[in-house]
Order: sequence, then structure tokens, then C-alpha cells
Amino acid sequence: MKIYATDRDGKEIEIEGREGWTIMEMLRDAGLPVAAECGGACACATCQVYVEDGWYEKLTPPADMEVDMLDMALAVEPNSRLSCQLVCSEELDGIKVTLAPE
Amino acid sequence: MSEPIQTDVVIIGAGPAGLFAVFELGLLDLKAHLIDILDRPGGQCTELYPEKPIYDIPGLPVVTGQELVDRLMEQIKPFAPTFHFGEQAAGLTKLPDGRWKLTTDSGKELIAPVIVVAAGAGSFVPKRPPIPGIEAYEGTSVHYAVRKMDSFAGKNVLIAGGGDSALDWTLNLAPIAKSLTLIHHRDGFRAQAHSVNQMRELVAAGKVNFHVASVKALHGQNGQLAAATLAGHDKKEWQIDADAFLPFFGLTIKLGPIAEFGIGLHENLIPVDTAKFESEQPGIFGIGDIITYPGKLKLILSSFHEAALMAQAAFHICRPNEKLRFQYTTSSSNLQKKLGVS
Repeated sequence: MKIYATDRDGKEIEIEGREGWTIMEMLRDAGLPVAAECGGACACATCQVYVEDGWYEKLTPPADMEVDMLDMALAVEPNSRLSCQLVCSEELDGIKVTLAPE
Repeated sequence: MSEPIQTDVVIIGAGPAGLFAVFELGLLDLKAHLIDILDRPGGQCTELYPEKPIYDIPGLPVVTGQELVDRLMEQIKPFAPTFHFGEQAAGLTKLPDGRWKLTTDSGKELIAPVIVVAAGAGSFVPKRPPIPGIEAYEGTSVHYAVRKMDSFAGKNVLIAGGGDSALDWTLNLAPIAKSLTLIHHRDGFRAQAHSVNQMRELVAAGKVNFHVASVKALHGQNGQLAAATLAGHDKKEWQIDADAFLPFFGLTIKLGPIAEFGIGLHENLIPVDTAKFESEQPGIFGIGDIITYPGKLKLILSSFHEAALMAQAAFHICRPNEKLRFQYTTSSSNLQKKLGVS
């Protein structure tokens, strides 16, 4: 599967997704500057991404814990998600995300 | 100014790494002072995930972040470390006698032959919203905490956020402010339900304005805010009067002044050797998430090992004329006496 990630300079890169990894892990593995301070525990909101091009609606809706954490994030938009809570699978092949500002 | 504090070791950061370092240093009779910008021990464990279970602490099949910190505090109690909470390590200079002088942001001075940087990913500081020019208003019109309620009396107050801080201050300041506007990215809140209900009553009574919106721009001069441009999710923008802006988005981690300490930082990490965990500056050690070496893993358990080896090396600096006697807590009556168990 492929992930299309746009960094904070507007540059899009293609990442080969690994089934079962989170999108946060894939973004970091690809060298993108995602802080992910809490290490993927849904406890810090520093891995926020905007899910683009209609992909937001295709995702499993955020759990209460993620909604709570997004409350503490900056620059939250209706298509904001925490990338540590998005697990790569074939259904997400081609998903487009943009890194939220730091 | 008060006299500088003199001790054996100053530890920057009171997370699990810094706390366990007190134990390892204590076994060798080395006294420690700890500095932390937070108001309690635990670092990321208590600030980010106090309720989350940790499964990879040897001997503890499951323990929450808070429990681990509580247990470390119990473990180091016999060594009576001194904590300096709510302070940030601001400056570090080498003294002519070879010791180090660490200055905190409140002006406190600590002198010790050994400094241990156990700062994790850095200091917890309030999140700053990405609004152009917001820095110019900080301290005068933009506040990340309320110190004096009275200073908001008669003001047009704008509060952003959906947690307890945002809601509590909405409720507390609404009666004294000229106007109070609360904004949040959604019409739902993580704050206590009764606070949310009270806020909604104030909105219904016309005493608080609530908008699903974010701040796009701040307007004013010389640090004095006058108005703010808000934008809803539909991108529609409008302006409101605002003399004070209180963003409550919790804390984030910034490396902070450590970057200026001259300890050879590489990509915001301190390179250390793996025999002593000493930086390129003699007497300055590093343990935990802030350090790097070949094979480094950012695990709490790794920091415990690092602390043990650091303490051995620190001993030779603090007690150059003494011989280090390596002993086990299981068999040494001397160590058991220090631990208060014999």
C-alpha cells in the first residue's frame, strides 16, 4: 500500500506502507519531522495530520481518547486525526495526509 | 541573592531516569539535587501518561506511569534528595576549581562537581498557538496561565481550548470580565461535564460567547492586544474586541536552554560514551532519552542501567581520593543501613 504525505513545506512524498504499522510510524520511518512525543500512546497530539481528499470519511472514526487529545492540539481542522491511531491496511492504499504545523 | 547551594550532583530532570540516578548515587554516598520545570516528579510518565500501563519494566509485569514514579520516589526516600520544582536549568558555567555552576531561571545557583542531564526530550512548556506575531503579546496580553484574576477585571477576555483549564477560567473570569469569549475547534469538550454545563448556562444567559472557531490574527500595539480575528471551520472570518487572550492547549516539550550549554549536542541529543555516560565536557553526564550512543534505545529500563554506570564514574569525580567499594544491596550491611532496612 502507498501513503502520500505532504510535509510542512508542501512537498509530497510517497511512502510504502507496512501493514499493521501506524501512519505515525511510517511518517517517522520516512524521515518526516513528526514529534510523536508520547511514542504513540495517544497522549500528546504531536503526530496530528490532516486527512485529505475524502479519505477522512473512510477511516474508522476517532475513539473518545483521540477526540480528547485533539482538544489539546493546535490548528485542529475537521479533517484532523492523530496519525498514531491510524493503522496501515490495504483499505487505506493511496491515503493522503498532510503534516499539521508544529 | 542567597548563597549558592553546594552539593555532589545536580540532576536536570526528575523523570524516571533522574529519580533512579538518585538511588545509584545515594548508594555511593553522593548527595543529589534535582531541578524540574514541572511542579512534581515523574516527567513524561506523570505529565503525558499517568494512567497508561507500562509493561516493560523488569520485575513489574504492569505498572502505570504514576505508579512507577510513586515507587521510584519511595525507593529513593532514604537518600533524601532535594527537589527544585517549577524551575528550569537556565545556564551552566565551569568554575576555576573545575566544578560546575548551574543557574535556574529563578536565579538560584547550584555548584557541584557533577551535573547529570536527565532531561528527556526537554522541558514541558505551554503550547503556543501558531498565530503570527503572538510572541509580541506574551506576558502582557497573552497568558498561558492565570496568576492574578484581578488583572482581567473589566477586560474583553478571549479564551481558547476545551479542557479543564479553559472551562475553569471561563467560569471564573466571566463574572469579572467586561466580556468573555470562549472558542474551541468543536462544540464538545473534554473538560468536566458540570463545568461544561455551567458554561452553557452562561452562554444561554448571554454572559459568555462561545464559538467553534480559531484565532487567525491578533491586533494591537506595543504588546497590548485590542482585537482578534476569528475564523470558523467554514473559513468565514470576523473580528472581536480582545484585551487579553488565554490559550489553554496544555504542554509540549521543547529542548530549552540545554541547547546552549555547550555539551556537543547532536540533533538535540547529547552524545555520551557507554562506559561512563559522560558528555564531551568532563563532569557533565547524560542519561535517559536525552542521550545518544550506538545502539541507544529510548526505554525507561535503559536509563536505569545508564544511571548505575554514571554513578560509578561520578564517584571518582566527587571523591577523587577515595576508593570505590562495589557492593550489593542484598549482602552489604553498609548499604542496607543507608537504605534504612537494617
